[in-house]
Amino acid sequence: MTATPTSSVLAANVGREGRGALGQVAQVATLVAITMGLLVLLLAVTGYDPATALRALARGAFGSWYAFTSATLVRAIPLALTGLAVALAFRAGLLNIGAEGQLLAGATATAAVLGASGAVPPLLSLPLALAAGMAAGALWAGIAALLRQRFGVLEVISTIMLNFVALYAVGWLVRGPLQEPTRIYPQSASLAKALQLPVLLPGTRLHLGVLLAVSLAVALWWWQRATAGGFRLRAVGMNPHAAATIGRVDVARVSLLAFLASGALAGLGGAVELTGVTYALYENLSPGYGYTAIAVALLARLNPVGVLGTAVLFGALQAGANAMQRDAGVPIALVNVVEAVLILLVIASDRLRGTRAEATA
Amino acid sequence: MSAPAASPSVLTLRGVHKRFGDVHALRDVTLEVRPGTVHALLGENGAGKSTLMRVAFGLVRPDAGTIVVSGSPMATPFTPLQAIARGIGMVHQHFTLVSAMTVAENVALGASGRYAPDVVAARIRDIGERTGLVLDPAARVSDLPVSAQQRCEIVKALARDVRVLILDEPTAVLAPDEAAALLQWVRHFADADPSHAVVLITHKLRDALAMADDITVLRRGQRVLCAAARECTEASLADAMLGPDERARALDEEVVPHMTSHDDSVGAHHEVVFADALDVRDTRGVMRVKRASFAVRTGEIVGVAAVEGSGQHELLRAVAGLLPTTSGRLRVPDDIAFVPEDRHRDALLLDASLTENLALRDAGTRRGRLPWAEFAQRTRDLLDQRDVRAASATVLARTLSGGNQQKFILARALDDAPPALVVENPTRGLDFRATAAVHDALRDARDAGIAILLYSSDLDEVLQLADRVLALHDGELRAVPRDRDIVGRAMLGAAS
Repeated sequence: MTATPTSSVLAANVGREGRGALGQVAQVATLVAITMGLLVLLLAVTGYDPATALRALARGAFGSWYAFTSATLVRAIPLALTGLAVALAFRAGLLNIGAEGQLLAGATATAAVLGASGAVPPLLSLPLALAAGMAAGALWAGIAALLRQRFGVLEVISTIMLNFVALYAVGWLVRGPLQEPTRIYPQSASLAKALQLPVLLPGTRLHLGVLLAVSLAVALWWWQRATAGGFRLRAVGMNPHAAATIGRVDVARVSLLAFLASGALAGLGGAVELTGVTYALYENLSPGYGYTAIAVALLARLNPVGVLGTAVLFGALQAGANAMQRDAGVPIALVNVVEAVLILLVIASDRLRGTRAEATA
Repeated sequence: MSAPAASPSVLTLRGVHKRFGDVHALRDVTLEVRPGTVHALLGENGAGKSTLMRVAFGLVRPDAGTIVVSGSPMATPFTPLQAIARGIGMVHQHFTLVSAMTVAENVALGASGRYAPDVVAARIRDIGERTGLVLDPAARVSDLPVSAQQRCEIVKALARDVRVLILDEPTAVLAPDEAAALLQWVRHFADADPSHAVVLITHKLRDALAMADDITVLRRGQRVLCAAARECTEASLADAMLGPDERARALDEEVVPHMTSHDDSVGAHHEVVFADALDVRDTRGVMRVKRASFAVRTGEIVGVAAVEGSGQHELLRAVAGLLPTTSGRLRVPDDIAFVPEDRHRDALLLDASLTENLALRDAGTRRGRLPWAEFAQRTRDLLDQRDVRAASATVLARTLSGGNQQKFILARALDDAPPALVVENPTRGLDFRATAAVHDALRDARDAGIAILLYSSDLDEVLQLADRVLALHDGELRAVPRDRDIVGRAMLGAAS
């Protein structure tokens, strides 16, 4: 299995590490500023008062300690985990667009394991359920990997299609095998207190998942830079032909492992969301975290530690969007537009940078 | 240096300047192409040949200068489409064909109006009859050999009534007999009509002298020579291309036909690479090498001579351990090094630092943490010792010139003194200076006792470097005396 030229180009361009961390932060800040300018313009054009709307946005995201921890950071956790999943896959030259489906698969497996683990002590069943979530996410990504290796199906297509399969599978499960005992609501039984992820800061909704996300991000960052396995992953993403010819790297194996690891990270995102926030499985468990994850990863230039920052940024945007709708009547869709514009800006700016680098080479 | 005779030119570039960032790619360059002539544009890699012609074709906007076609100036900036409309066509080194489409569809591509396959096919047949560039309009481009793809590129231009053809290194991708045929065609095309002319971008002196009427030489973006071909010699052209200092050294290499044969009495010469009745299939399962038997010993260069597509690609990869062998015996050391012909595709991580590219060498087998500090030091040592011009070990591989990239790749392959080395077209696309440096490095490696298996599509290069020669024809390998005529006949499959 070799990566498509497009994905290699993307990994090479977006993931280019040529400039220092400070320069990258400055560039991201510029892009965000441009996007916010566009948001103001959009608000004004569509007849909202930009000042009121932006005040509401800021209040919703950062207005209070509670807003920051319980709205912004709580949303940033699944964004960070799925963002890490996407960044890892892209770094290997794999366009995994299926973090959403892998997240749902993870949440489903977690709900199933916890629902069936009646007699097992929570201290054991909770880690077990998180592991099951990771395995399910890996399995879901593994389908795409198999399709790719056996039949040459592009992962861009298969992963996005598997998102819908996962979504409707959850829809069926919560009306069938996994439905709560009263059979009234289309959702699984709510988790007992003991089976929920512990809240980290009393008085907020910030749960243990934040520590998981931070430690995984740092670990992945270190692994990619320092270890042979991480270097193989990057080499395959940059140029699978050279990795195979000069490095004698087993490209198919590295790609498969990257796919599985990416799926496992997204699956963990689902497991953590279920045990930390929703406490039950239902169709709309994720407001598209797995899709926003693509923006999170790209804006972070596929840097795992950068993902933490951009996840908080998008978490804040989503938290603020809710407040903006509540207080200023601005539809949430506007924030989706902003997210999309940011993705386009990131890709365009990298393309520009790549072209310039070639012209002066 | 007298200018060519003063007949009105079909294409004139006057006082062209072009800067790319800090690089002054073209400095006040003037070029006049007379009607009915072949004009060779010579220069080392990076001398500005392609850039100048891209200016003429509207692909690069010059900072200053005028372009005059058949007496009337082009309004700058102009596009390639406008250039074609004025009769200027260019065939690039890397073809611009859509490989999934047929020849007719490629020829029609870019024209306006409805696509009528019959009309286009008739046009292609007509061009074939008139010019000898015969192509099947219904053939899919991906099924065509390289020489036919090139023909398709030229026909594409001729179908748009191009009269001035710019060919960028057209023989680089061709086998020797194909190259000779193409040059013949170029001559005929120029002679056929006084409105025709050809600009031949090349760095092969012999091609220029044999085929061109006029020769212009660029060096570092400046025109250093412009004369009628009959007034030039290989020496005067090499002088102009290289500048006086480098000439002696490069020419030395060019004219010395054979290295003195390596003395067999030196050291213990044991077989490092050994093959017996070896069969190799390509990735699609087609048998490409049949019952090959040979050995490569310590301290010798064994050269493989073959025309494109004879199985050399598969043979080299099988020896390098990258392709499984079907049957027969093959004994090679585990740490055999390989230098593939396609640098950018197979040898480099262009967007990674040189240190990371060094680390790539044994990326497949390493475990745990990588010693980056050690890699960085080794890279710095290697840059110093092997004369690789790079600002530091942290620059991206992309930023090096082709010659320095190749020197780096070779140095990396030799870094931990492997017992054997497989090299494929080691100087493809390199200029004189870089070629000489690569040759020196290969000879030094040989003298240090490394067993080297070399293939080059340039027969002269094989003869220059090899101590022994193996001719490969249609998958069948046999040892031949190191004589240009015999090797040439053997690789073409002629009975000797």
